Amino acid sequence: MSKDQMLGAIRRGLRRGTLPAEQQAMLRARLASPPRHLIPARAQLPHNEQVDLFLRMVEREFATFARLADMQAIPEAITDYLAAQNLPPEAVIAPHPELRAVDWLRRPLLHLHEGVATGDDQVGIQFAFAGIAETGTLMLPSGPDRPTTINLLPETAIVILRASRVLGALEDGLAALRATYGHTMPRTLMLITGPSRSSDVEQTQELGAHGPRRLHVLLVDDQA
Amino acid sequence: MRPTSHAFKENVHAALADAGLQKALGRTKPQFIGRRAAAVAGLPEFEALREVGRDIRNHAIANMDFYLEEYAARVEASGGHVHWCATAEEARAAVLGICQDAGARTVTKGKSMVSEEIAVNDHLEAHGITPIETDLGEYIIQLRHEAPSHIIAPAFHLNREDWEESFRRAHTDLPPDRVFRERRDILTEARTRLRARFIAADVGITGANFLVAETGSSVIVTNEGNGDLTQTLPRVHIVLASIDKIVPTLEDTATLLRLLARSATGQDMSVYTTFSTGPRRADDPDGPVEYHVVLLDNGRSGMVGTEFQDMLRCIRCAACMNHCPVYTSIGGHAYGWVYPGPMGSVLDPAILGVDKAGHLPNASTFCGRCESVCPVKIPLPKLMRHWREREFERHLTPQAMRTNLALWAFFARRPALYRLATRVAALSLSALGGKKRRFKRMPFAGGWTAGRDLPAPEGDTFFALYASEQRGGRA
Repeated sequence: MSKDQMLGAIRRGLRRGTLPAEQQAMLRARLASPPRHLIPARAQLPHNEQVDLFLRMVEREFATFARLADMQAIPEAITDYLAAQNLPPEAVIAPHPELRAVDWLRRPLLHLHEGVATGDDQVGIQFAFAGIAETGTLMLPSGPDRPTTINLLPETAIVILRASRVLGALEDGLAALRATYGHTMPRTLMLITGPSRSSDVEQTQELGAHGPRRLHVLLVDDQA
Repeated sequence: MRPTSHAFKENVHAALADAGLQKALGRTKPQFIGRRAAAVAGLPEFEALREVGRDIRNHAIANMDFYLEEYAARVEASGGHVHWCATAEEARAAVLGICQDAGARTVTKGKSMVSEEIAVNDHLEAHGITPIETDLGEYIIQLRHEAPSHIIAPAFHLNREDWEESFRRAHTDLPPDRVFRERRDILTEARTRLRARFIAADVGITGANFLVAETGSSVIVTNEGNGDLTQTLPRVHIVLASIDKIVPTLEDTATLLRLLARSATGQDMSVYTTFSTGPRRADDPDGPVEYHVVLLDNGRSGMVGTEFQDMLRCIRCAACMNHCPVYTSIGGHAYGWVYPGPMGSVLDPAILGVDKAGHLPNASTFCGRCESVCPVKIPLPKLMRHWREREFERHLTPQAMRTNLALWAFFARRPALYRLATRVAALSLSALGGKKRRFKRMPFAGGWTAGRDLPAPEGDTFFALYASEQRGGRA
């Protein structure tokens, strides 16, 4: 069998058989509680500075943002943004409980439908699990309340993030992920940093390849 | 892809005479080198992280059998399937089998160098299945029936006019007045064409930057989003990855991600870094129903425990080729196979055989820039030298070179004679150097002087000058 052949060749190269049980136990312990490595100093800041860094990085990566006082300000922020972009007030929205709790009737002209995105959806509204300040990255694990297609198919992506969920380093995001999901990863974990782009034509960066051309972050201040 | 590495010398002549290629290669410095330098300067911890990255990769390789088995167990536990493939042929058969079981007619593909390595597109086409490359660079070279010339920028060798020409030839329904003046026009055309393909495809094939043993996840790192559409929309997702992509934990991956994007494109983080674990869950509204990992060896296990083991650390960032004076003069196609540049010059002989790819490790000035930018500190020049030694041992080196090496060795083993001979040569060449202090032609060195002049020695040899210095200064 190819598996035995491959593992056998590796072990021959390493001049040993199967790892001794003791060493296997050590490696299993390393897998069970993975050690953190060197974390850049810029990710280790007081929380309010992390939020500022996050927003700076979001802009640096060609995304845009607006800061909102509370979740109920979302409908207005979305209609304003879409109007400014000359886009119709229609969107596919993730069936997330946090988004369902928003009073969308405050903007009755905003047409939303819940579910997965198709090629016809021009705008997608998503709720982020966390934000990583170090790189301005959004963490979007998949699940019934967070379809992956919404992250990818619409030309315009709007992502809502609570300020309390802005974390310092990627490792902090991974710790939060384990706290919620244990060691069972969701089917898809997307880490998104800015809108889609390509440098394949003459190595010059151009926005809007296959994913969203625009990425707009609504940061909701939910802290005292 | 069919290797032409044995014809390296002919390939180089063609590359140097190719004006379009030379124009494209001129973009290396501002784009790749400049952007990497800026990204590295923006992270004070970068140098320290290179050491951490090296250690993580070494740990993974030293326990590769264990981590691969752990990884496979996690994949199976999450409902996926792992296909262990010792050879390219087995991997091709595995991919075809999965596609046929799925009744696939079209297959979308994210960029995967392993898929080039096993030439899976030709295999699928031969069996009536249409593979569609969706990475912008891969898409254009598929239209042009070319091979990638760079491991992260497959269409590096093309200029804007080539894109327009290929689109007009392949997209025959394009109105003649359609303009491609801007790069954006090219992107829009590809986006529109490929959208329908993404949605219609039965199977999506991606590569993997990392395979995480802790969680059984495959990780892809992209900017366009094509890889994500490829692994999200079709009913079946196939991950094509080589065994050296194994990484123990998510934390290990996080460190390598900090090195990868900066070294590759000069970004702090690529736009999409996506972890895929098994097929869609019972309550997931989207995602593939089947998840397969085709795990390829193809000669890599044979590198473990040899002087080439360090090469298995490679995370395929392409910094070595971007900084290589040879690659940036001749481009990727001249190397004649999937992996060009310094990393290819070490990896290709391991996979193809030194008899077929022996020219590649010889095409190095040993300037060491590749090693100095490698994010996991692979001693690439040293590894290339090991291939030269192997080539010599196997009597694959040309006779003239062997004779000259033997002649040199004769003198090198007799230091007094060596010093005398070099002194005679240096002093006489110095005397013959004339006013211009250089030679246009030199007997037995015609190949060298054909392209440049040989500078005349300044006078005595270093040894002689040093000895006189030690004796109390040069008068």
